[in-house]
Amino acid sequence: MASPAELLATPAATALDLARLRDDFPILSTKVHGRQLVYLDNAATSQKPRQVLERMRVYYEQENSNVHRGVHELSERATAAFEGARSRVRAFVNAKEVREIVFTRGTTESINLVAQSWGHANVRAGDEIVISTIEHHSNIVPWQMLCAATGATLRVIPVNDRGELELDAYRELLSAKTKLVAIGHVSNALGTINPVREMIAMAHSAGALVLVDGAQAVPHLRVDVQALDADFYVFSGHKMYGPTGIGILYGKAALLEAMPPWMGGGDMISSVTLERSTWNVIPYKFEAGTPNIADAIGLAAAIDYLESAGIENVEAWEHELLAYATAKLSAVPGLRLVGTAANKAAVISFVLDSAHPHDIGTIVDQEGVAIRTGHHCAQPAMNRFGVPATARASFALYNTKDEVDALVRAIEHVVEIFG
Amino acid sequence: MNDLRDLYQEIILDHNKNPRNFKKLDDADRAAEGYNPLCGDHYWFYVKLDGEKIVDVGFHGAGCAISKSSASVMTSMAKGHTKDEFESVFQLFRSMITGESKFDEETLGKLAAFQGVCEHPSRVKCAILPWHTLHGALAGEAKATTE
Repeated sequence: MASPAELLATPAATALDLARLRDDFPILSTKVHGRQLVYLDNAATSQKPRQVLERMRVYYEQENSNVHRGVHELSERATAAFEGARSRVRAFVNAKEVREIVFTRGTTESINLVAQSWGHANVRAGDEIVISTIEHHSNIVPWQMLCAATGATLRVIPVNDRGELELDAYRELLSAKTKLVAIGHVSNALGTINPVREMIAMAHSAGALVLVDGAQAVPHLRVDVQALDADFYVFSGHKMYGPTGIGILYGKAALLEAMPPWMGGGDMISSVTLERSTWNVIPYKFEAGTPNIADAIGLAAAIDYLESAGIENVEAWEHELLAYATAKLSAVPGLRLVGTAANKAAVISFVLDSAHPHDIGTIVDQEGVAIRTGHHCAQPAMNRFGVPATARASFALYNTKDEVDALVRAIEHVVEIFG
Repeated sequence: MNDLRDLYQEIILDHNKNPRNFKKLDDADRAAEGYNPLCGDHYWFYVKLDGEKIVDVGFHGAGCAISKSSASVMTSMAKGHTKDEFESVFQLFRSMITGESKFDEETLGKLAAFQGVCEHPSRVKCAILPWHTLHGALAGEAKATTE
C-alpha cells in the first residue's frame, strides 16, 4: 500500500502541485484487488475532482429548478448558473460569442447533430465528406449514415506507419466536391495530435467546412477555436474532469443560424400553434427539452479546475509522463508501440508478442492498474496497423512517474506469465 | 498473485501457445464464425460429421489466451463424440463458467482449468465464445457473437 507521499517519491519536474491535485480526486485513494489504484484509462474518462462534485451538490441542494421558465428565485438561480456555464465554455475555447456554444450530451451527440441538421440541409448526391483512418467510430458512423441517406461519398485520409495523417494525400482528396472535413484533433487510439490548423486552412481553400472532434484535445492542450478557424468544434465534459452526460457543440454563429433544428420540443421554439411553429434563436434552437443543467454547471467547475492547474502546466507534465512511459515501455522485451507520431498527446497504445491485449488488461488489473484494452472504438485504425486490439495507457494531470513504474512492473509480470 | 494463477493455469497457457486442432478443414460439413466485438476475439470453426458423430473439428483465427485455449480444449474434447454428447458438455461448461453451478474436478476433467474465469465477469464471454460458435455450427448456424 503506497501512501500518496510514496507514490510521489520520484521528484516531479512540474509546476503542478501533484500531491495537492491528487488529494482533490477522492477515487485515486481507492484500492482495487487490495492494491492501490493506478488509473491510466483517462482517454476513456477522467476522474472528477471534489470541486466539481461539490459544485453539483450545491446546485442540487440550493439552486435546483428548471431553466428559462419560471420567474421564481430558484429558476433565476438555476438559469444564471446554467448560462454562466455557457459563458465559461465560451471563454475556455475562445469562441467569439456565447450563442455559438450549444450544450449536448457529449461529443457523439454533437457530431450527430451536425450530421443530421447541417448535413441533411447541405449535402447532396455527388458531394464528398472527408474523414481520416484513425477517427473514433463517433466521427465515422454519423458520416456514413449521412452519405447513405444523401448519396454523398465518404473519402478517407490515410495515415503513415507512425500514425500521422498523410497531408499530401489529404490535399489530393480535397476538391470542389468536398463539403466537409471531419477530423479528430487528438487520436484516442494512437495519441497523434493532428495539425488541425493547417488542415482547416487547406479545407477552407477548397471551399469545405471543417468539424474538429476535440474530445481528446481539450483536457490536454489549449484550444482556441478562432485561432484554429474551426467551423465546428465538439467535445465532452467527462474526459476533462467534468461529469458524464454533458458535451459541447461550438459552431460559427452564421452556420448555426442557417441550420434547421434537429430535435423538436420545449425551449427550442419561439412560438407554437397547432398549425406551425417558429424556432428560437441559437443556441436554444438546438436545445429541445430540459437540458442537463447540473452537468453543464459541473463542466464549468471542471474548466475552472483545469484552468487553475494551468492547462500549459498540464500539457508540459503530461508530455513528460509520455516521454518517461515511452522510454520505459520500449525497453520491455516483445513490446511494440502502436502510434509513434512525432507530435503526440499522453496516450500510449501497445501490443505484446506473447500476450493478447485482453490478457494484458486482466493481469495488470490484478495489480491495481487500470488500462483500456480493445479496439478503442477505432476499428479502422486497428485494421490499418494490422492488430485486432491494443492495450492503451492514457494519462491525466494527476498521474505520476511512479504510476508509470507500476504499469511497467505489471507488464513485466504479464511477460513473465506468458513467457 | 494466486488469483492470476487461478485464471491463467498451465493448461490454459499451454493450449494458448500450442493450440490443438488449429487448422481449417477443407472438407468440413459445417462451418461457423464466432466474433466478440468487445475485444475482437474472432474465430472460424469447422466440423466434419459422420451421421451424428463429430469425426474431425478444427478452428483458426485470433483472440486472447482464454478464448483460444477454450477453443483448443473444446475441440480436443469434441472430437470422436456425438453431437448430443457435445451438447451436454457445453451445458456443463456454460453452467460452470457463469458460476451457476459447482462441479467436482472429476466431472469437469480438463474443463476445470477454466473454473477461475467465473471470477472475472468480463472474461466469461471470451471463454464461452468458441462453445457458442461450435454449438451454432452443429445446429446449422453460420455465425455467433457474444452480444
